[in-house]
Amino acid sequence: MKYISSKITLEFMADSCTGCGRCVEVCPHGVFAMEGDRAVLKARDRCMECGACARNCDYGALKVNAGVGCASAIITGMIRGTEPSCDCGSSGTACCG
Amino acid sequence: MKENIMEILGPLKTENPSSLILPRKNSCCSSPAPVSDAPSSCGSGEDAPSWTRGLHQSPVGPLLIVSNALTFIDLFHHFRARTSAYRMNLAVKPGLYASGNPVAESDVLVTANYKLSLDALRKNISGLDAWILVLDTAGINVWCAAGKGTFGTDELVKRISLAGLDKCVKHRRIIVPQLGAPGVSSGDVKRRTGFTVYFGPVEAADIKKYISQGYRADDRMRKVKFGVMDRLILTPMELNSIIRKLPWYLLFVMVFSGLTTEGVLFGKALTLGCPLTVAALAAIISGALITPVLLPLVPFRSFAVKGWIWGAASMAGLYFFTDIFIGLENVMLAAVMICFPLLSSYLALQFTGATTFTNISGVRREMRFALPVYIAGLAVSSVLLIIYKTMELINS
Repeated sequence: MKYISSKITLEFMADSCTGCGRCVEVCPHGVFAMEGDRAVLKARDRCMECGACARNCDYGALKVNAGVGCASAIITGMIRGTEPSCDCGSSGTACCG
Repeated sequence: MKENIMEILGPLKTENPSSLILPRKNSCCSSPAPVSDAPSSCGSGEDAPSWTRGLHQSPVGPLLIVSNALTFIDLFHHFRARTSAYRMNLAVKPGLYASGNPVAESDVLVTANYKLSLDALRKNISGLDAWILVLDTAGINVWCAAGKGTFGTDELVKRISLAGLDKCVKHRRIIVPQLGAPGVSSGDVKRRTGFTVYFGPVEAADIKKYISQGYRADDRMRKVKFGVMDRLILTPMELNSIIRKLPWYLLFVMVFSGLTTEGVLFGKALTLGCPLTVAALAAIISGALITPVLLPLVPFRSFAVKGWIWGAASMAGLYFFTDIFIGLENVMLAAVMICFPLLSSYLALQFTGATTFTNISGVRREMRFALPVYIAGLAVSSVLLIIYKTMELINS
């Protein structure tokens, strides 16, 4: 299954890549692959913008506006005038199980 | 959440009485290093949780040993967590636990303090001697908490130090679930604690294999799957929350349908109320059950479009194959046909948050299109209802 991919914000700066392989390891959708001694974008359109790769790239080769692809979080954010928020309960705890 | 933990504390399950070193009532206070930094609740008679089976004597004091078998109580928790807001009560105490009989060379497995996360871990590591480090994620699962940052670098660094992990193990490896990676920077953890983060597999079921392969995950173990059962199990939550709102809708329908110049008439309320109720239920099932379960069947990527298609199909089905809409005025029929496919679409859009593959930029994009359509549809339907009622009241 693929989702709308036209707005995905993932950016890969190949020049900064050292080929450590962390991004290949942490991506849950196989967006990256190792090719020779560097990572390559193999399936950018499968990116869910979770941010795992960027957070774990020690060389700043990856950039993504990470967030949770959740409509209610975005609506909650709109109502409160904040960033998208998963906190649907007043107690400030989970809505996602 | 701390108070709620008490609700799930059951009697200590003594599968292995020989491992009981301390009397149960004192299990946490006689330890020089409590399992968390939370204020000790000793004296209030806190029992060990039902999912533990005694104490392990570690270099940092006695630690609760998790049971590797799930009990009926655990399964009951899972059922309630999937169907209601009960999951909010399923936080476990953060801190260090033992599985089996861990020693200085044993691996450290990190998880969230959501009981379903811990359950998934402990039932899959039977026979493995390991340390379990439970992070405080406010009772939220690893992936969601990582997205929010509560399952994150700071919390992990803090727990490593609070637990005195460096005294428990000689090595400097910690196995963090791969889905914790959006919150945990392996580089920062290494710099701040000296521990090297090994990102384990997505599924807890693969952990033993991951370790036996020398901390290597196959490509298969690295990918998130989202099969039909994964989707089905997530639907009761949404269905439950929308069905709770149904009485208000029914009240509105009954009053609206039965409203005459003579007051609200029950007989009239049923004639129009029945089709409107059936249509609403069909829309709910289309958007919150059929769309998620049959997600790949409609080729469009937009959830709003998928949901609208199933909603429109269900209205068409009711129109052509049942006589439930027979007798509806055209104005009312138009309102039904506009409003309910959009309700189905809206509910389907809500499911984006439960999926494993939607990206926030895409959700924003489809919302920019869908929200104005929903608002317009609601406005048009309301106008049609007013026209319908006005005509009816004038004609009577």
